Amino acid sequence: MNQPAGGASPALTRARRGIADYVETALPKIVLGPTLLCALIFVYGFIAWTAWLSFTESRILPRYDFAGLVQYIALFANDRWWTAVKNLGIFAGLFIGFCLVTGLVLAILLDQRIRAEGFLRAIYLYPMALSFIVTGTAWRWILNPGLGLEHLVRQLGFEHFTFDWIVTPGMSIYAVVIAGVWQSTGFVMALFLAGLRGIDDAIIKAAQVDGAGPVRIYGSIVIPSLRPVFFSSLIILGHIAIKSFDLVMALTGGGPGFSSDLPATFMYTFAFNRNQIGLGAASAMMMLMTVVAIIVPMIYSETRRQRHG
Amino acid sequence: MKRLLVATALGAVGLASSAPLYAGGEVEVLHWWTSGGEAKSVAELKKELEAKGDTWKDFAVAGGGGETAMTVLKSRVVSGQPPTAAQVKGPQIQDWAAEGVLANLDSTAQAGKWDSLLPPVVSNVMKYKGHYVAVPVNVHRVNWLWANPEVFKKAGAKIPTNWDEFMVAADKIQKAGFIALAHGGQPWQDATLFESVALGVGGAEWYRKAFVDLDPKALNSPTMEKAFTTLRAVQKYIDKDAANRDWNLATAMVINGKAGMQIMGDWAKGEFTAAGKVAGRDYICAPAPGTKGAFTFNIDSFIMFQQKDASKQQAQRDLASAIMDVHFQEVFNLNKGSIPVRMGMNLDKFDQCAKDSAAEFTASSKSGALVPSFAHEMAMPPAPKGAMFDVITAFMNTPSMTPKQAAEKMGAASGKKV
Repeated sequence: MNQPAGGASPALTRARRGIADYVETALPKIVLGPTLLCALIFVYGFIAWTAWLSFTESRILPRYDFAGLVQYIALFANDRWWTAVKNLGIFAGLFIGFCLVTGLVLAILLDQRIRAEGFLRAIYLYPMALSFIVTGTAWRWILNPGLGLEHLVRQLGFEHFTFDWIVTPGMSIYAVVIAGVWQSTGFVMALFLAGLRGIDDAIIKAAQVDGAGPVRIYGSIVIPSLRPVFFSSLIILGHIAIKSFDLVMALTGGGPGFSSDLPATFMYTFAFNRNQIGLGAASAMMMLMTVVAIIVPMIYSETRRQRHG
Repeated sequence: MKRLLVATALGAVGLASSAPLYAGGEVEVLHWWTSGGEAKSVAELKKELEAKGDTWKDFAVAGGGGETAMTVLKSRVVSGQPPTAAQVKGPQIQDWAAEGVLANLDSTAQAGKWDSLLPPVVSNVMKYKGHYVAVPVNVHRVNWLWANPEVFKKAGAKIPTNWDEFMVAADKIQKAGFIALAHGGQPWQDATLFESVALGVGGAEWYRKAFVDLDPKALNSPTMEKAFTTLRAVQKYIDKDAANRDWNLATAMVINGKAGMQIMGDWAKGEFTAAGKVAGRDYICAPAPGTKGAFTFNIDSFIMFQQKDASKQQAQRDLASAIMDVHFQEVFNLNKGSIPVRMGMNLDKFDQCAKDSAAEFTASSKSGALVPSFAHEMAMPPAPKGAMFDVITAFMNTPSMTPKQAAEKMGAASGKKV
């Protein structure tokens, strides 16, 4: 820092510099402070409150006397909960799997320096702009046997075509997967495209000089270097899958009976419609445990790798 | 200077808080009657209240059959600012009263002689530990069979009076190329159908033991198995597009002559009336098979929350007495399609189905065949009701589930009172 021109004494200048320095280093903390405080209270504070409620016998309104593991025992004895958990496994697995594979394939194809790349990219990305309610409602009409796809194909002449997954108890969750994949594939594709553009050309040219074919290049160089993108997509898709509530409610309303129930809809139904806040809180805590159990080791291993690599 | 400032501030606060004396209090009423006929009925209540000098603050929360309204109500109560009254029915009233937030309406009840105007089955639902905490508005009958006489004539069938006759009539209708039973595959509709089947198969005494007392021995019983067996047989007559169909679309199938019958409460009558159909000529209303003489009731009611303000308490009492008033009961129920809950009223303005309904209401309350509808949250709290809905809807959607398994699950469902 330069000496001020004349006038001020060295001691006062040092003091002013000290205050300016202090403000400069403290300013980010001051600006982020309120946000952090809000996150602490409204996210972690309320997680703690829900955890407490899951150990009480709350029904219509919250009660705070400790009641042990009563709610968890009732939760694990509940048929509907196990259906919801199984559905979450099916939905999350298929949704994440298909989105990643389809997104990657589309990104690789779009990366081939084709002419209408910008236009095609926009088209694939548009479904992301819709809310899940709109997606759910539109797909409900499309998948409706009497009005939608089945009706159309039958009218085209294929009298015995059936596509009534949405009204079949065993298949309704797969209908939810279809709508979810349609919505989120574009987003994953955009992420992979950005990742692909970031790969160093020099490595690829070197591999081509060594005589590697395109398949080998993609398999051994490009895809492994997209690891961080895979990781981010997994986290984002995973969180969308776990919090899927509006999609299920709009598309099947929980399915014929409760065959397409997910833990999020289970929690809402029990906490707010059936006056069993305690049971709903227990199911919410189980959802949290599942997420924590998967994401935390993943984050730990990824950040450790980054620090080493 | 400082003292002057403080004095001015205190004076301003004092002036602001000394509100002018109102002639009456303010009533904030939470409800979800937002459709055409229902909204007109609520406007009637508002007029009556304003005639008594109170102000009505509407708090309508649309949609979901009241689910959104209930969530809003919970958040209001937890924050310590409950509305004056809320539209809550059935054993939920007792759930709320157990939380200690409801007002005692005994003085209004005594002045209005409610005990003599309401059947004991109904007034028990409105009371908590012997004190009135809620006021009933109307009576819907749930165990109705709506039939299209044209379809029946073409099929050569006659209106069934029990479930065996139902199978015969349904067979004939199906053979004639129509859909025998119009139904929507939503959990509450499945339960509405099931409860009429159960009542017809088991009778009012067993129904009360199973669905009101939640006796596991009555629930997991041969009678329950027989009810489920009958339900499985009835399912054959429902068309395969029924999944997630709304109830009014099913009624439309009967109105249009595509289907012969629907088993639904008397709010279906509103659809027939709106389509310009006349009872007895264009459509027939009959008790659901096997339930003649029995009446499954669904009663809307308002609960009153404890208020600290004296004028609000007075307005609350005015609201309660206005609802039980003869004029309001007549106008409201004419608009909504239900019958007055107040017994012994003049019913000249009501149509034939309503008059039949009212006569059965009084008769069944004397004979003991007046039962609350469990599918419409009148017989048990939401927790076991939801669990039983799960069983019924799973049974209807899982062809491999046997009536015995279903009966066992119903027995387990009653104990789910966490």
